[in-house]
Order: sequence, then C-alpha cells, then structure tokens
Amino acid sequence: MVPKHEILPKEEVERVLEKYNITKGQIPKILESDPMVKKIKAKPGDVIKITRKSKTAGESIYYRVVVSD
Amino acid sequence: MRIIPKRIEKVKFGLLSPDYIRKIAESKIITADTYDEDGYPIEGGLMDPKLGVVDPGLKCKTCGGRVGECPGHFGRIELSRPVIHVGYAKAINKILRAICRKCGRLLLPPDKIEEYRKNIRKYRKVGRNEDPIVEDLLKNAKMTKRCYYCDEEQEEIKFDKPTTFIEGKNRLSPTDVRERLERITDEDAEVMGFDLEVARPEWMVLTVLPVPPVTVRPSITLESGERSEDDLTHKLVDILRINQRLMENIEAGAPQLIIEDLWELLQYHITTYFNNEVAGVPPARHRSGRPLKTLTQRLKGKEGRFRSNLSGKRVNFSARTVISPDPNISINEVGVPELVARELTIPVRVTPQNIEYVKKLVKNGSRIYPGANYVERPDGSRVSLNIKRTEEIIEKIEPGWIVHRHLQDGDIVLFNRQPSLHRMSIMAHEVRVMPYKTFRLNLCVCPPYNADFDGDEMNLHAIQGEEARAEARVLMRVQEQILSPRFGGPIIGGIHDYISGAYLMTRPGVRFTREEAHQLLYAAGITEELPDPIVENGAEFYTGLQLFSLLLPKDINLTYRAKICKKHEVCKKEDCPYGAYVVIRNGEILSGVLDEKSFGAFAGELLDRIVKDYGTDAAREFLDKATKLAINGITKIGFSTGIDDEDLTTEARERIEEILDNAEKKVEELIEAYNEGILEQLPGRTLEETLEMRIMQTLSEARDKTGNIANEYLEKSSEELGRENSARIMAISGARGSLLNLTQMAACIGQQAVRGERIMRGYVGRTLPHFKRGDKGARAKGFVRSSYKKGLDPLEYFFHSMGGREGLVDTAVRTSQSGYMQRRLINALQDLKVEYDNTVRDTRGIIVEFAHGEDGADPSRTDWGKVVNVSKIIHSIVDQRESENVS
Repeated sequence: MVPKHEILPKEEVERVLEKYNITKGQIPKILESDPMVKKIKAKPGDVIKITRKSKTAGESIYYRVVVSD
Repeated sequence: MRIIPKRIEKVKFGLLSPDYIRKIAESKIITADTYDEDGYPIEGGLMDPKLGVVDPGLKCKTCGGRVGECPGHFGRIELSRPVIHVGYAKAINKILRAICRKCGRLLLPPDKIEEYRKNIRKYRKVGRNEDPIVEDLLKNAKMTKRCYYCDEEQEEIKFDKPTTFIEGKNRLSPTDVRERLERITDEDAEVMGFDLEVARPEWMVLTVLPVPPVTVRPSITLESGERSEDDLTHKLVDILRINQRLMENIEAGAPQLIIEDLWELLQYHITTYFNNEVAGVPPARHRSGRPLKTLTQRLKGKEGRFRSNLSGKRVNFSARTVISPDPNISINEVGVPELVARELTIPVRVTPQNIEYVKKLVKNGSRIYPGANYVERPDGSRVSLNIKRTEEIIEKIEPGWIVHRHLQDGDIVLFNRQPSLHRMSIMAHEVRVMPYKTFRLNLCVCPPYNADFDGDEMNLHAIQGEEARAEARVLMRVQEQILSPRFGGPIIGGIHDYISGAYLMTRPGVRFTREEAHQLLYAAGITEELPDPIVENGAEFYTGLQLFSLLLPKDINLTYRAKICKKHEVCKKEDCPYGAYVVIRNGEILSGVLDEKSFGAFAGELLDRIVKDYGTDAAREFLDKATKLAINGITKIGFSTGIDDEDLTTEARERIEEILDNAEKKVEELIEAYNEGILEQLPGRTLEETLEMRIMQTLSEARDKTGNIANEYLEKSSEELGRENSARIMAISGARGSLLNLTQMAACIGQQAVRGERIMRGYVGRTLPHFKRGDKGARAKGFVRSSYKKGLDPLEYFFHSMGGREGLVDTAVRTSQSGYMQRRLINALQDLKVEYDNTVRDTRGIIVEFAHGEDGADPSRTDWGKVVNVSKIIHSIVDQRESENVS
C-alpha cells in the first residue's frame, strides 16, 4: 500500500538538485516523525526518493527532503 | 503622472503606536460638529480642511493639493480614557493570563523562556511559522499559579467577550489592562511573538484614535442640497460626543458610577467603529434602522474592498447583451451588433501607410459606423469625435497619433459567459458586425460556454494592445480550444439538429439526386468536385456519405463504432445493417453513419482525429462545413417532433400493462415472503433492506422492459408507416434525449425516490391516507406506472412532485457548494505553473510535482486521457495497409 521510500545517496542528491536547478529548500518537505521516514531511519536533511505506482505514468518518482518537527 | 515601476519585496504588519498616531495626525479633532451654519467645515471638527479635500476646486490646507492630488491626511481624537481595541481583545486575553499580575513578567522560569527563544530562532531561520511555539508558550504560562520572579499569587482572569476582563471578582478597566501590558519587558514580549520594531503589547489598548482622512469617508450632497455623511463619520461623531462628555464629567469630579457608564459607552462606540458585527454587541444603527457599515464591514466578504475592488474590478471596453444563435457564422466568429461596435474602440497608431484610411474613419466620426470615437495626440491628450468639427481634426492628424476606431470585422475580441468555471469560458472570437441587438454565436460553441438562448447574456471585451491581441489569437481562439484539457476529446462540436441532420443524411438508403447534391454542397460552401455517382436502374444518385466525404482530408483512415451501435454480441462490422460500423479509408466514408460519435461535442471521434492529426485550422473548416451541410440536409429532408411520436399501438400498451401488472404482483409476493419470514436475506443487509432492494430491482427491471417494448414498437411502427419517429432518431443518434426519456414519455415513469429510497415519509406508517398503514406495495411507496403521455393520477402526481422537489433542492445546494469549493481550490492553485522542465512549481520556485500529472502529459493532447492508445495505433496501421491494398 505505502509506496517505496528510500534514502537518496549523496551523489544522487547532487544529481537531482542539478537536474532541476534547485536547492534543497525547494524540494517538498516530509516530517521526521513520518512513519516511513522513521522506518528507513532518515535524518533531517536527507532526501527521500519515493517510487509510486501511477495510473497515468505507470511509475512515478517523487523526492522529499526530511525536516525536523 | 509618471508611473515608476517598483517591486514590493515584502509587506509587514504592525500596530500603530500612540506616538506615531500623533505624528501622522495633521489635526486634533475636538468637536463633534462638522459644518457651521454657512456650510463651511469647522476647524477641529470631523471635516477639518486639514484632513484633505473632497470638494472640487478647493485646495488642501495641509499639502495644497487639489482633489485627486491630495491623498488625504489623518487626524486624531485624544481619548479621555483608554479603550480596548476589539480586534486585539483575544490577544490581550492570552497575554494577560500569561503574565504576572504584579511585576508583569512572563509566568515561566528563565531557562524555559530561553528554550522557547532558541526554538523560535530556529524556526525563523528555516522560514517556518513560529506561531505554534508562541501558542504553546502562552498555554504553559497560563498554568502557573505563582510568579517565578516576585512570588505573587496569580488569580484567574476571565474574558467576558468582547472587551471586558474580570480578575477574580474585580473588573479590570482598560487602564489596568494597559498598565499591566506596559510592564512587560521587551525580552518577554519578543518570545510572546511581538516584533518590537512595529509593536508593543500596550499599543493594543487605545489612548488616541486615528481619524481617517475625509477622502476615506466622503459626504454626499443630495439633489436637495442636503449633505449626507458617510457611516464612518456618523460613528466618529458618536465617539467624539461621548469622549467629550466623559472628559467633562471627569473634570467636574462626577461620581465614579457615571464615569464608568460613560467609559463603557465610549468602549461600545469604538468597538462598533472598528467592527459592527461583533458577537454580543448590538450593532450600531442608522436612523433608518440599517446597521452602519464600519471599518471591518468595508473590507470583509464578497462585497468588501478585497474581493470586490482589489481582486476583481470593473473594466472598460466591454459589452454585455443577450446571445442568440447563428449557424451561418464560423465557430471562430461572434456576431456583434453595430450599436456595440460603435461604442467599443481599438487604438490604431497612425502611420504613413494607414493615414488615408484612418482619416476616412475620423471623418465618419463616432456616429457613422465604420468610424472612430476619439483621437489621441502623441502627448496623450484626447479629442472626442462626438461632434461635427471632424474636418479640422483630420487636417491635424499625422503619423504618431492614435485613433480609437470602431470595432470592425475581423478584430479579435474576448467572449465570456459566467460562471467562468474553466478556461473555455473565455475564448477569443473574430468580430462580425451585424444588425440588431444581440451577440450571435455559432451553436458549436454552446457546450464550452454551457450557453443556451433562453435569455442568456454574455460579455465581450475589446482587446487594446497588440501583444494581447496576438496572444489571444494564438492561445485563446475558439479553434484552439476544440480539445478539452478535461478529458482529451473535443468539447466543441455539433449538437442537436447537426447530429440528427448528419444521421438522417447518412443513413443507409438515403439518396440525393445530382441537383439536390449540388444545392446542399453550395449551401454548405463546399466547392469540391462531386465524385462519381452511384448508378442503380439507370438512375444516378449520391449518398450522404459521399457528400460528407468531400469534407475529409484526403488521407484520413479511421474505424469506429457509431453512437447508434446496439452492441450486438456478434458484430457484423462493415455489413452492419444499421450502419453502426464506420469505416473511413483515404478520406472516404465507406460504410456507417455519421452521428454524435462523428462530430458531436464531448464524443466526436472523427472530429477528434482531424484536430489531432490535421490541426485546428482543418478542424475548424471541417466543423463549419459539416454542420452547414447537416443543417441544410435536415432542412431538405424535413424533421419535426410531436406528441404522436410517443403513440403506441394497443398491442404495445397491453404488453406494457401486463409487465407492470406482473411486476406489481411480484412485489406483493416479495412482501408476502417477507411477512412469512421466508425471504432470503442478502449478505450484509437486514431483512428490511433486502426487501427494499429486491422491490426496487423488480420495479426498475419492469420499467426497463416496458421501455424496450415501447422502443421496439416505435421502431416497428415507423417501418410500417414509412415515417420516421423523430424522438427516437434524436435519442439513438445522440442528438437529444435518451431512451430513458422516451420510456418515461411513452411507457412508464417508474419509481420515484427521495434520498435514494422509495418514498417513506408522510403519515404514521403510510405515505398518504389513501393507503393502509404498513402497506409496502409498489403504488403505496411512489411507483408511477403511468407515462407522461398518458398522464399521472393524483397520487402518482404527488409522489412525482416529491421526487422532483428533491432534484431541484439538490441542484441548488450543489451549485452553491461546488462554487465555494471551486473558489477555495482556485485560491490554492492559482499561482502554480508548469515550468519548461515539466515540474510544477509555485511562485517561490518550490516544486509541487516533479512531472505534471506524474506523466508530464498535456491532457488535451492525449487520447481521451491516455498518453498512448496502443489499440488506436495498431488500428491506424492496419487501416493504412487496408487502404493501400484497396488502391
């Protein structure tokens, strides 16, 4: 039910930020207290890659940055 | 006036300090009078000339500006006693409870305060709102019973809305409140959420009241010469009077009781001056009994300053009138009455190339149609052409001037119908100046506007700039909006008679002589060469399909099932006797009929293919010509509907009655089974629910059966009579109405429902006194077995009204609810934009979606929502192969 969450490695984060020409602040946020964040043990500042099943695109990728609450 | 462009970086809100109020005040207001006997404003009165000018011709005593130049200046009223500001009463309450009654320190230990301070700083740094922390701090401080600093025992403070505070048994006067707030240290105030640059806690209690400039509250001079003051002025007069009396009483050493009463009254007037709709305070009223419109009321709500004057404004260069249909103009056009065209103007810069032409327009002036309303000199001054001295103006015109000419054929204008729920509610049309007084529009654009001609009015806006005109032409033109971004199909297309017409012309067996074919094509403006006629028994004729084929692109290949398809189990495909299987090869319709699925709005497959593969120009041309052809076809063939379209044979009626009798009998049996307890219960339902469901099911099946019989007989009788049943043609071709409508008209209306159930309400145990208590039979619970044609009996009529009323209420509720939902949704989404990298971002550049709709697709360029329609691609390749084999 819950889509796949994984911590994005540092190099990957750089790549994503460069791809969209953004800073970390422009990525949607996710609270540290989120159950999925706790499960994969992500810390504030980490970028999480979410792979969702999508009706329109089959599979879609979303990024969120962990923030403390 | 020169406009200097500036960018607003941020807006900061704060409180006005008493010092600042005194600083900006140009005049101290002391008397409640406004004008003296001669009608001149009194100095020190509410209309003090230092507060600005409203009368034309006078100069401002403060800045010397005239009306329009002088922005107005504030005055002030020195209050005899402090007064709580209603808007901050709630905040004052929270703070009073969080501070010590004696020393004014925050009721928390120093280390705790430091912790909060740290947290607030952290939140500010990441740009997060610190309000939740402050909220938490105030909540915790409230719990403290004894001050950490002066050891004072704290008493419970009660807040008696809207402006009274009670501590223990004593009432806290605004003076007491202010003193306590004054004692709060800057450090404490900061953690309580105050930005000390712009606010101090004690400023929430007023000691001096700013008086808005007269420009904010202009008085109106009536025809009788009488002056009528603004509501705010009235309120300020009240405040001044009481303030004056309070002052006099204090000075005279009046008893405490009287002073307190007056003080209370002053509080009331100032409260209602800010907000006349405070809960628990009777609204201040005008002499006529109308509540005064004070400061809050000016800003709030739909008619308030924000929604009515700032977010939305009235515009120039617009027109509004009734709309009516015109099938002879293109979908891109709009018929504009000459009356309107003479009023709306378009600025044209005079150049050496157009000067002769422009002079002609100026010569005509504003009264003769292709003319101009005024000319603008390079320095921006305007000359009206509403007079007869145009000759001398013509002399002076030279390149560089701007002529505001009348709207003319071909101009691009915006056309709109409210409620503007989607982007197709405003589209760009080309002007077509016409006689009479209504806007004319092609019927194909009715669906996107959701317009009909029962009195609908629409708005038209004349575009003033070249950029806007170009943008409107490229992005907003009707033909660019054929495909809806809602479902990826055409939203603009044939309706009603266009569909019936195409269907009647293309049905199997319909033939036209050479003369007829020529007439139709000519009327539709088709100049293509006629194809080879079909020869039968030596007679030459053309089919409707051949005529429509002339409109298609020469290389189009398409196969689809028409609307009339009955979805037989075995499809005979090309040999379908009804023509429900449409095959188009090399731009020629080989079999099938044209109906709603061909070029109807919301459904047209053929139109959809043309827009997507051949572009909007081709689609517009196809739609214009196809609809014209269909309309002329239906006119030639003849089409009309009447009540005899619902006539059934005696045999059919008997069969219907029999079905209904059986159904009612079956319902009785179900009820009996229920009573005896042998009714089989459905899983997850109670016995009662089971019975209801079974009864509803039985009755709806019966109704459907009667509908089928009616349809069968209508079809048969039209064959026998050799005359078509128009109502049925409209239903099956998708032009108007459905088979259910037909069923209800000819056979049986069916079960009436309220809240999705059979009708249960009314008297104890029964719906009407005509039934026995506990009667669960079909008729007793709102089953209507009559048809609209036959007519309803009184009981049926009553039940039908109940169901009908629910429908009306539902629509009324739905529109208001969905309207509000739409407003909130749009407020939330209005600044989101798809960037060039396909991400959806807000104005700060924060990403909302990494690919729009997760797949990055523009729905209007998809195939009914699907990015790729594999079966369609396969089909098109197969079709292509086939057509190659044919040729």
